[in-house]
Amino acid sequence: MTASIPNDSVITSVVGRGIPKTQNDQNTDDIIPARFMKEITFASMGKYVYYDERFKDGKLVPTHPLNDAKYSGGIILIAGANFGCGSSREHAPQALFRYGIKAIVAESFAEIFAGNCATLGIVGVTLPATEIALLAAEITKNPSTEITINLSEKKITYNKKSAALELPEGRRQSFLNGTWDALSVLAQKKSEILSTEKKIDYLQFK
Amino acid sequence: MSKNTLYDKVWSAHVVGELPTGQTQIFVGRHLMHEVTSPQAFEMLRDKKLKVAHPTLTTAVIDHVIPTHDQTRPYKDSQAETMAAELERNVKEFGVNFFANNSGKQGVCHVTFPEQGLIWPGQLVVCGDSHTCTYGAFGALAFGIGTTQVSHVLATQTMAMDKLKVRRINVVGKLGKGVTSKDVALHIIRKLGVKGGMGFAYEFGGNVIDSMSMEERMTLCNLAVEGGARSGYVNPDATTFAYLKGKTFAPKKDFDAAVAFWKSVASTKDAEYDSTVDIDVTTLEPMVTWGVNPEQGVGVLEKVPALDAYNGKEKDEAKDALNYMGFCESQEIAGTKVDVVFIGSCTNGRISDLRAAAQILKGKKVSVRTLVVPGSEQVKKEAEKEGLDKIFKDAGCEWRFAGCSMCLAMNPDKLVGQERSASTSNRNFKGRQGSPTGRTHLMSPYTAAATAIEGKIADPRKYLG
Repeated sequence: MTASIPNDSVITSVVGRGIPKTQNDQNTDDIIPARFMKEITFASMGKYVYYDERFKDGKLVPTHPLNDAKYSGGIILIAGANFGCGSSREHAPQALFRYGIKAIVAESFAEIFAGNCATLGIVGVTLPATEIALLAAEITKNPSTEITINLSEKKITYNKKSAALELPEGRRQSFLNGTWDALSVLAQKKSEILSTEKKIDYLQFK
Repeated sequence: MSKNTLYDKVWSAHVVGELPTGQTQIFVGRHLMHEVTSPQAFEMLRDKKLKVAHPTLTTAVIDHVIPTHDQTRPYKDSQAETMAAELERNVKEFGVNFFANNSGKQGVCHVTFPEQGLIWPGQLVVCGDSHTCTYGAFGALAFGIGTTQVSHVLATQTMAMDKLKVRRINVVGKLGKGVTSKDVALHIIRKLGVKGGMGFAYEFGGNVIDSMSMEERMTLCNLAVEGGARSGYVNPDATTFAYLKGKTFAPKKDFDAAVAFWKSVASTKDAEYDSTVDIDVTTLEPMVTWGVNPEQGVGVLEKVPALDAYNGKEKDEAKDALNYMGFCESQEIAGTKVDVVFIGSCTNGRISDLRAAAQILKGKKVSVRTLVVPGSEQVKKEAEKEGLDKIFKDAGCEWRFAGCSMCLAMNPDKLVGQERSASTSNRNFKGRQGSPTGRTHLMSPYTAAATAIEGKIADPRKYLG
């Protein structure tokens, strides 16, 4: 588990083992139920990740991919379509990150969730459904498979296989140049912000 | 690519510039917040020794954790008390506006902020809450954002974003008796799917939308995100302007100039869209969800689906949903026994929603536990002035204070075990209402009220004369 998120760093690739969890429409209530959000920091969110799936009646569900020992140490989550839909809670990507997830390969992402991942430096990329199925099958068969997400070349490789990945170009650039937490870049534009503000009519209405 | 739509106009007006990554830096004209997704953002500011750039453009309220039964401080739940106290500390320290408890302005964020007149056409609005899309009802561009982005907005009044595509959804025909904007929204999500709106903002138009009240439009736009669209909006018109006139925080001296500006942001007749969908709602009946996401809905007189209607992965998911909800395939949904009815939330906690529920409950008795939770202190006051509270209490309902209550159960209102709820809220996700095995059916206030009387899912139309 990582204690803190680095402010600014270049990410050109993510290399590691995968965890297959490919149902469609996994929502942020699944990733972190609301009752665990009654804390004013994100520090302990990692232990609540997928809580209601991973624990039933207080007992660990050993077959859940995030509990299954064979995927232990995996840092790349393999997901389905519309991953992270529902609530905008950043607690969800924070929980995944603090659990140890560094990248998510999905068929597609819900918008708000994808934006939240990017601001934390979690690499979210998409593959077509058929490629997701192949990758998940490979990991299920060989959990020690090493996956490489190469952002420079926009491809994902594992066991001599390769597939073209997609992500919004602006987001890819922000990983490659280390500005995925955009605050410092945004803050530089003081005069542009001021001139935009001046031309917005409604801000002057009394 | 869309052209001359409200989305294009409002987006362009807020562009600060292009970032080195190619993303757009946009100015945020209105920033709203609640206690759940903001404390970490203020902490990020403290860490970096930053101030709030434009404190007057941010307004906060406590809604998710506030108990709706006993609001005495400190709250019995010490975690809830800590969260409320933290927001109170932050708004004071950073100087942002705050709708304090018992000020007459507290309420569910997406109910009280528009009700107080903070939301206007042409604004770009963000809030650390996915249902921020509610404000699209005014012809504002409104998006949910995450907490790190909240810190960006606090520190710079801007954020990095990519532009969305725009889909025009024409809703035409004539709504039948007892069929509401909630039913229209659930119907659209059923037709287009929870993934249908990914990458899009939805522009809702057509004669059915034109004749909707502002509160009905808010219900509709509130559910845009449940259809996968980060934002949804309705072009501003005379209904919008009439609603805003005289509201506490709406323009006063400049009202006429404001109206002229507001008219100018609407999509033009020659606007171009990335996609257009036409939906006729003439034969629509009240909708009820049967599954674990908002697209899994049927008309109240329909049956839950047969598994043969699905293939592959979708079939597994439908089977899982039926199993979780305790249904057999092809079963009638009407008549399903419920344990709890919840009337409230940012979807349906406004005064018109309570009037609708009261219309059905007047002179009747509920047969299951029924919570009626006004969306704001003002809604509560108005309802009590109209005697709606008496109708609810006489019917055997619990009449509460304002808050999010059982929509997401970050407060004492929760389902227990496999309890089944009929809820006017927005998400029927597994565990959403506080029990990991709880079951939720989304529906309109009319349908929820009829269901409360019968103790089982009921068609409200027979109660509407």
